[in-house]
Amino acid sequence: MTRTADVQIEEPVTAPAQTSFTARWLPGTRPRVIAMLVLAVLLVAPWIADIYTISIMSRILVMALLTVSVSFLTGVSGLPTLGQAAFFGIGGYTAALLSLAGYGIGPVQVLAGLTLGALVALATGSVVVRSRGVTFLMLTFAVGELFHSAAAVSRDLTGGTDGLPGIPPVVPLPGMAALTNDGLVFYYVLAVFLPLFLLTEIVVRSPFGLALRSIRDNEARMRATGYPVNRYLLAGYGMAGGLAGAAGALWVSVLRYVSPSDLGFSMAAFALLAAVIGGLGSMWGACAGAALVILVRDYIGGEHISVAGRTVTGPLLLGVLFIVVVYLLPRGIAGIRTQLASRTPGKAADS
Amino acid sequence: MGVLEWFDSNLVSIVDGVAYGLLLFTLATGLSLVFGMMDVLNLAHGTLYLAGAYLAYLLSDGSWGGILAAIAVGVAAGAGGGALLTVMTQPLARRGHLDQALLTIGVALIGAEVFVLVSHGDPLPATEPAALDISISLAGHTYPAYRLVFIGVAALLTVLVYLIFERSTLGALVRATVSDREMVQALGVDTRRVLLAVFAFGGALAAVGGVLGAPIIGPAPGVDESVLVLSLVVIVVGGLGSIRGALLGALYIGQVQSMGVVLLPEYAPFLIFGSMFLVLALRPQGLVSLARTA
Repeated sequence: MTRTADVQIEEPVTAPAQTSFTARWLPGTRPRVIAMLVLAVLLVAPWIADIYTISIMSRILVMALLTVSVSFLTGVSGLPTLGQAAFFGIGGYTAALLSLAGYGIGPVQVLAGLTLGALVALATGSVVVRSRGVTFLMLTFAVGELFHSAAAVSRDLTGGTDGLPGIPPVVPLPGMAALTNDGLVFYYVLAVFLPLFLLTEIVVRSPFGLALRSIRDNEARMRATGYPVNRYLLAGYGMAGGLAGAAGALWVSVLRYVSPSDLGFSMAAFALLAAVIGGLGSMWGACAGAALVILVRDYIGGEHISVAGRTVTGPLLLGVLFIVVVYLLPRGIAGIRTQLASRTPGKAADS
Repeated sequence: MGVLEWFDSNLVSIVDGVAYGLLLFTLATGLSLVFGMMDVLNLAHGTLYLAGAYLAYLLSDGSWGGILAAIAVGVAAGAGGGALLTVMTQPLARRGHLDQALLTIGVALIGAEVFVLVSHGDPLPATEPAALDISISLAGHTYPAYRLVFIGVAALLTVLVYLIFERSTLGALVRATVSDREMVQALGVDTRRVLLAVFAFGGALAAVGGVLGAPIIGPAPGVDESVLVLSLVVIVVGGLGSIRGALLGALYIGQVQSMGVVLLPEYAPFLIFGSMFLVLALRPQGLVSLARTA
């Protein structure tokens, strides 16, 4: 079984059957065509969509980056996390404080958020990555809640539970004007999102990513082969923390407000669930999952649809979505193609 | 200040902490056993508590009959909810915790919205039986009588649960299923029925906790999440799948929560999640452990 470079990377290493199917059914060029189409839609959208839709799209991109970091950690490295909102919040507060201090240049804020997120992740990671499974989930949950409480308590730095309002608009590059137009903010977010997303895709396909997936699938074997397993996982944890920190910095550029709820349990849970919905370990799946969650909760849920005289709210629709996805898409959005494969008679038999 | 004076001046919050801890125990027991036995992470457990609390608001009118009716309906609703969740999670048995989390959070979100539709999102005061709506003197401090009675009733429930699980044959079967399901199956027991019974029992206990606890932690939006988070901490600190661990963890978190609010109001969360972090980092199987840790 050979793996061509263009074949989906989200498939587990131990599932060559799906690789052979997607290689035939979806030639390597097809995902690229789809990616180009999505990109074209994103580039054109600010010219035709209304302001509300554009701001939702910016939020989707930011949440997508956070979900990518969760999916990288949970799906690729096999460490289910409920604590990524902590690094998201750290990046957010870093960007907000820089901005309020007069350093409004976006990429500087993103780099600062990324660095601080990664450093704090490495610091907490030395304890956290020794555990696995539910213990890891609960430990990261505790870390998240500790940072959440810290943000609410340290009023002098973070404004306490009131958060930090009135953050000035982001400046994309030195010498340029601040971005007050929502469409331009969207382009700025997209311009930061794309390289970070592609970088993550490259890391996932790199020998380092392969080692992480092998640790996920058979840790004992990797240990016996001589890999310093915990050091690899710590590096993965640090990288995911950096991505979440960068996402947090972008979040502040979009909303121009940051508060402890950005580090809260709901944020962490939604990012994890969006990663599950997208299909764990698939980076484009994570983006699709985040988009679906935000669209259902904020966009459709914000339209005030009423059924039998009662308003159907975002959370209710989200609850229905979660249940539907669990039963109908056991491998998430990214698994739809392999699901179709097993339904087509004859094709699944090839495995 | 001597130990006795300190104890005296903080007596009210210590007793409050016991009430709070026993309340958490009613939730944590079901959560812990369900996780220990079926490996199901039921994130809709707080919803069952909230259902009980809303039932207390609807049915309890200050009379003894009202609260008894609320308890009866609570037991039925909680057991039904537990049974429903068993059926819903059964197809996901081999799919890991995250899919179960997705499903049960979906159920919890829908439940929360249904409660908002019923209550219009307002926090509702639950009526305690009129005969208990008085304050009594507790070693020189005035204290609500209902809370003392609650402590008595909850302590009774705790002893009952403890006796059933630790001293009876039925309890031995449940504990055996927690520690080695395949072995119990090999002995010819249909473990699915044991699982269903435990899930229903845990659901009923949580709902009764909600009915009785409504005057302490009343029905309001968000209560389902906050009690769920605290009971998760309780079972993690105590050790998954263990009744004794759940009790120990619940009493500890109850004290931290109520003393923390008095002594260091803003730092109570640090104590709670800091304890959780330390226990997990130093002793991942929890203080008392029965189940095999995943």
